[in-house]
Amino acid sequence: MRTWFPYPLLSVGLLLIWLLLNQSVAPGTIVMGTILSIALGWVTLKLHPVHSHPRRFLRTLRFSASVVLDVVRSNIAVALVILRVGRRAPNSGFLTVDLDLEDENALALLACIMTATPGTAWLEYDRGRKSLLFHVLDMENEEVWLQTVKRYEAGLKEMFG
Amino acid sequence: MSHLTDLPTWAAVVVCGLVLLGSAIALIGSLGLLRLPDFYTRLHAPTLATSGGVILICTASIVCFAVLQSRWVFHEVLIIVFVIMTTPVTLMLLGQAALYRDRVEERRGVPMKQKPLPEQTPEETKE
Repeated sequence: MRTWFPYPLLSVGLLLIWLLLNQSVAPGTIVMGTILSIALGWVTLKLHPVHSHPRRFLRTLRFSASVVLDVVRSNIAVALVILRVGRRAPNSGFLTVDLDLEDENALALLACIMTATPGTAWLEYDRGRKSLLFHVLDMENEEVWLQTVKRYEAGLKEMFG
Repeated sequence: MSHLTDLPTWAAVVVCGLVLLGSAIALIGSLGLLRLPDFYTRLHAPTLATSGGVILICTASIVCFAVLQSRWVFHEVLIIVFVIMTTPVTLMLLGQAALYRDRVEERRGVPMKQKPLPEQTPEETKE
């Protein structure tokens, strides 16, 4: 099974993308998509990506919902900061937080989430110390930002075990 | 664009609202690039357009064409996914480049690079 489908999740995802791009579920499209996704699975095998096993899909759904909520909230917050910048300079600053994530893919996902949410920007991750340096646009409450990152970390840890 | 008049009123209102809100957010994001004082704060502005703006405008597109063609349209979701997945790469690269430049120039207010941990023997790291 593993020799034929080295990355089952990736293959299913690729098939889904193929179907969406073609906007059809005709048999021909499905056959072509299946061939492509399996072939690309083998190609990925040659790249030797770091393997991780995401688990607990229900938790994943809940986690994504909370991330989406955060994105909406921070969109509004950052828009307000930008509109008020003439009257009140944003007190932005750098923060460091110690992370406890081992999984490379979990770290990559954390970077994606933190950059996608306006208001936080991932700057530097120190592998030796496992500490992350990030920039915050509006540092009204340092603790809240640190807690947010810690919350993401806990969620990702649950997902990637 | 005349076929847009086929859109029922409720759908037109929804689509208009989403497009206007999305473009307003994108505009505020670009305004931020202009108004924010330094590079690191400016790093936050374009994410408004790539998160809120893209999501709202793509949702408007999904609603518009789903109603017009009376079928489910989902492929705009791919735009959202790809934009959200690829912008962090650019932004992280820009952020690290700025950090590197400021450290070389020894600008004030930029956190210095932490000293590397003292050398550990392999037994210690293994625990």
